[in-house]
Amino acid sequence: MTAPEDKPFEEWDRPRQGWMLSGDCRGHRQRTLLLEMTTRALFPTVLVFSLYLLLVGHYGPGGGFAAGLVAGLAFVLRYIAGGSDAAVRLRPPVLIGLGLTVALLTALAPTVVGAPVLATTKLALDVPLIGHVETQTSVFLDVGVYLLIVGVVLDLLRSLGAGIERDMREAGETPS
Amino acid sequence: MSYLLPLPVLLPMLGAAISIVGSRSATLQRVIGVVVLAAVAALAGVLLVATDRQGPIVTELGGWPAPVGIALVADRLSALLLLVSTLVTLAVLVYAIDQRITDLGRATASTTFHPMYLMLCAGVSLAYLTGDLFTLFVAFELMLTASYVLITRRTGANRIRAGMTYVTVSLLSSLLFLTAVAMVYAATGTVNLADLAGRVGELPPGLQTVLGMMLLVVFGIKAAIVPMHFWLPDSYPNAPGPVAALFAGLLTKVSFYALLRTQTLLFPREEPWTLMLVLSVATMLVGVLGALAQNDLNRLLSFLLVSHIGFLLYGLAVFDAAGVSGAALYAAHHITVLATLFLVSGLITRRSGTVALDRMGGLLRTSPGLAILFAIPALTLAGVPPTAGFVAKLALLQAGAGSGPAEQAVAGVVVLASLLTLYALVRVWVRVFWGEPQAPVPDVDPADEVLVGTARTSVPMYAATAGLIVVSLAIAAFAGPLAGMTERAGVDLLDREPYRVAVLGEAP
Repeated sequence: MTAPEDKPFEEWDRPRQGWMLSGDCRGHRQRTLLLEMTTRALFPTVLVFSLYLLLVGHYGPGGGFAAGLVAGLAFVLRYIAGGSDAAVRLRPPVLIGLGLTVALLTALAPTVVGAPVLATTKLALDVPLIGHVETQTSVFLDVGVYLLIVGVVLDLLRSLGAGIERDMREAGETPS
Repeated sequence: MSYLLPLPVLLPMLGAAISIVGSRSATLQRVIGVVVLAAVAALAGVLLVATDRQGPIVTELGGWPAPVGIALVADRLSALLLLVSTLVTLAVLVYAIDQRITDLGRATASTTFHPMYLMLCAGVSLAYLTGDLFTLFVAFELMLTASYVLITRRTGANRIRAGMTYVTVSLLSSLLFLTAVAMVYAATGTVNLADLAGRVGELPPGLQTVLGMMLLVVFGIKAAIVPMHFWLPDSYPNAPGPVAALFAGLLTKVSFYALLRTQTLLFPREEPWTLMLVLSVATMLVGVLGALAQNDLNRLLSFLLVSHIGFLLYGLAVFDAAGVSGAALYAAHHITVLATLFLVSGLITRRSGTVALDRMGGLLRTSPGLAILFAIPALTLAGVPPTAGFVAKLALLQAGAGSGPAEQAVAGVVVLASLLTLYALVRVWVRVFWGEPQAPVPDVDPADEVLVGTARTSVPMYAATAGLIVVSLAIAAFAGPLAGMTERAGVDLLDREPYRVAVLGEAP
């Protein structure tokens, strides 16, 4: 039994393929054209929707966790359409770590101005083109959670999806 | 002072996050881990001095006042256990890092080990510091989820099987815990511990008993109280050396802390607790008798671990300031000594290649340093004067002697269990260190995390173990001030008012 870590880090954790692009599907036998085409349209739409959920989260239904899951579902859809080779060029653990760092720094930041940990305050911005935007500083915490959840979903796809299929190929079994 | 309070939780988490992002650099991970834990240890020391001088320190997360928001509370008991636990995690981390360097080389970065180790430390800190029952659940989950990874990573099928028992039992008890939290909330409308202290007393007695028993079973499973201990000797011995030391040192004691905190704060009693007394006798005897029957060094230590949980329960059963204070002192001693013994066991297996006592021998001649490292914690665990174990046991026995006739009778069991512990450890000494030196047994599974029988060790591994022995000796050396402080902690725990006033304000 070879544990993943027997290989040097760079090898086992390196993304093996590019983003799944349309026309780049390698499992030619099992292509589902309909799903592939739908995914092509849905993927960016779902990602934009997840960003919307992330930003309205403080005053309406949504938030970092829900938005992260929705974004993760977009990647799941792409994985189903593109099969085992639909890896992404990001290391999921790095995404998890980045998200956690952002969330924790947001939690610690108020102590600099003498407020308790995790304290939030209103954030009013005048953004060009969009206009006046009001939100809370906790949106940064939500961004951290968002990144973390997307990272977790990608890691699940890598280890429980693509990883298992790769192991099956190496063992000479064909995925049914 | 209160702004320091969240740091023992947030710093290890931040360390974990940075070690994932920087998971290409093994050196970065090592430095982050050691620096963060050293900082937390220093913080815990500051908190200990501060709480002893001015009483409980409270901070409200996000500025939301308790009981609406989540409060973090440090009092003498939690600060003391936090300090001792962090010293243990620091020493075990140094040991683990060096074992990895010795076995696998310098360039071994890992996306799992360091982040999970630090997450476990964050969970332990949060469990000690939280003033909120639901956050306590979150802390346990944080701690246990990290421990699932640590016990199953890079192992063979046999260890995975042992890990499954651990994961299943822990998940079951977590489910019970969540149910208990929901029941407490349904009955009282709050999960803030200080607020609950006032509200639980207003409930009907039957409901109080149900809630108290639910929490007893939950923490009883996690703290390995007989008859809910069966999973522990089956799973801990199969973990890699440092991980077993970490678990043996911390996890059961954090659960005992939670038991002590919830029972004293929510379910105060006027007289000794008979049920707990029975559980304590069963735990002490079943544990130590189980240990006598073992041929496997790690299983033997695991049974002794269970047995000595019974000593802690004895202090809680007496349920007066002296008993609770004795239990607190015993917990501090127990955390350090069990972690040390598991680290020593790791060092022994690296020489012998096996944990089977009948296949070792003559280590006194081949590695006398190891013999000293084993002898001191072994005598400490058995409670031979003038070690920390003696001081802690004396505190418990004094508490028992000042209590009712049943408690005085059980004090005899405490002494008996101590003698049997000494006998079990002397058996280990005779088998492992005396006799003819035997050739090391070859490693059964060279691919997994634990390389044994190589006799390759390094100075920092010995130094980390020795460091823990120094901590244990320091507990004995500063027994006077420590006992004075745990006594004040015991009085405060049973009085309950200082805790409530600190969290809820002057007019609860």
